[in-house]
Amino acid sequence: VTLLLCDPTGEHQPAGRPLRPRPDSLAGTTVGLLDIAKPRGDVFLDRLAELLTERGAAVLRYAKPTYTKPAPIDLRREIAAHCTVVIEALAD
Amino acid sequence: MVVCMVGGELPAQGLVAVVKRDCPTCRAVEPVLAELAAAVDLTVYSQDDPSFPAGLPEVRDDTALEVSDRLGIETVPTLLRVAEGNETARAEGWLRSAWEALSGVEGLGQGLPDHRPGCGSRTLDPQVADMLRVRREGSRLRSRRVEISELEDEFEALHDRGWSDGLPVVPPTEARMLRMLDGTRRAPDEVVAVVPPNLVECTVEKVAANAVLAGCRPEYLPVVLAAVEAACTDEFNAHGVVATTWGAGPAIVVNGPIASSIGMNSGINALGQGNRANATIGRAMQLVLRNVGGGVPGGIDRATLGSPGKYTLCFAEDEDGSPWEPLSVSRGLAAGTSAVTVFATEGPRGVADQRSRTPESLARSLAAALRSVAHPKLPLAFDAALVVSPEHARVFGQAGWTQRRLTDELTALLELEPAGIVRGAGGMEEGVPEAAAGGPLPKFRDGGLMIMHAGGRAGLFSAVLGGWLGGEGGSTPVTREVRP
Repeated sequence: VTLLLCDPTGEHQPAGRPLRPRPDSLAGTTVGLLDIAKPRGDVFLDRLAELLTERGAAVLRYAKPTYTKPAPIDLRREIAAHCTVVIEALAD
Repeated sequence: MVVCMVGGELPAQGLVAVVKRDCPTCRAVEPVLAELAAAVDLTVYSQDDPSFPAGLPEVRDDTALEVSDRLGIETVPTLLRVAEGNETARAEGWLRSAWEALSGVEGLGQGLPDHRPGCGSRTLDPQVADMLRVRREGSRLRSRRVEISELEDEFEALHDRGWSDGLPVVPPTEARMLRMLDGTRRAPDEVVAVVPPNLVECTVEKVAANAVLAGCRPEYLPVVLAAVEAACTDEFNAHGVVATTWGAGPAIVVNGPIASSIGMNSGINALGQGNRANATIGRAMQLVLRNVGGGVPGGIDRATLGSPGKYTLCFAEDEDGSPWEPLSVSRGLAAGTSAVTVFATEGPRGVADQRSRTPESLARSLAAALRSVAHPKLPLAFDAALVVSPEHARVFGQAGWTQRRLTDELTALLELEPAGIVRGAGGMEEGVPEAAAGGPLPKFRDGGLMIMHAGGRAGLFSAVLGGWLGGEGGSTPVTREVRP
């Protein structure tokens, strides 16, 4: 159930939190690869890791305990602290 | 067999009963409803379980309470007679004589007592009543809706969106908004002010949203509205007050009957914490400047140090215990009018004088304290307010000093002699250039000292509230009537 609130601001800003702009290049960035624990997500991420490393990005690997729940807050903080970009493997 | 229908049009003719299984009286009249259904045209709506009551050809599902809400049902069971689409009679609870008169059927409910009161309709359960009201009236609210997902902690989410002054804020749900708007007769879409610094048009509804955030009760809303109006005038210059590197912020003093009717504090600790109206009215006005006007610290708000009063500083004047006329009256409003006066201040600093028993001596103490506003050597710098406590005011009152007299005496005492204020005097480089100090200079501009009366009955202490630049280039106090 979502909670519906009335915006108390002058409504000059968008209501949603906007996505951050896409980086122009991955060279020199640190990319987090988050395995959400769906089967074969690791296969997909292993290949991404190879391709990213070839393109000059540093790669860090993370995994959620289960795909059924949001990532634990500590994990989110850790990724935010260490990575410029994160890629999640969502598919089976 | 029980047939269930959802909602649907009300029948134009016959009897209508509204019941719920959860109600013992409704369960007791279950066989009566079957008797009636066999004898007359009866439509039964169930508020909680469409399989109840049993023994009827049809029970309509009103678990969404649409029909109950439309009929204004307060008690179950309720029995209504409808003719040509209009209600012509109503009985609440079980009352044999009324049910017989309504239905024209004699001998109903053998074995039941003559009378048994019903239970509250589900439409009156507090949460349900809110939900129904939002369904009926939610479209009055024009604000953009913001969804908070159930994975978010609602209080953290409000902080994340930047809607808070740093303390927790109350989520402005539609139900809370509608209740808040009950506090005023003004229309939600009426524009109250154009709010600096971003010069955004602010409606009654937006003020209400910030009053909810701040924790106001609906009856405080008229005071918040008047304060926002006063703060967003050219004279008050909220843009300057927000943007200045000086630490002052807008403070509110309330006069007239509204102060006591909403429970404001003008007595012990009047300028401090602990009173909901004082605390939340001042906070609501600050939140309007932040959320609607965009006056965010580090953004447009450039205060070097700021002051705790920028969370909230709002109090009522103690009129009953004062030897003087109310502030709002000396500022031109009729006695008995509810009013707010908004002024810029860095907050209170105490002045202790426990020895003076003559007005001359006490005025000198107060003048000495007032002299230090902005800097003791600076004349015509900042405005100030003086809150005189009851024990100090008594000294003036018993000597027959009016507020005008006190102001004049303080003005005379605060003529600063050139020798003491030129640059370098007293070993302090701050001061007036030699060329500008041809004679004594007043500490405050004409009208730059405002005197009011508040505080507990005990304590020979008053308070100086240093202000900010007064007059045209700065901020002038503004008084506005509080309208319902």
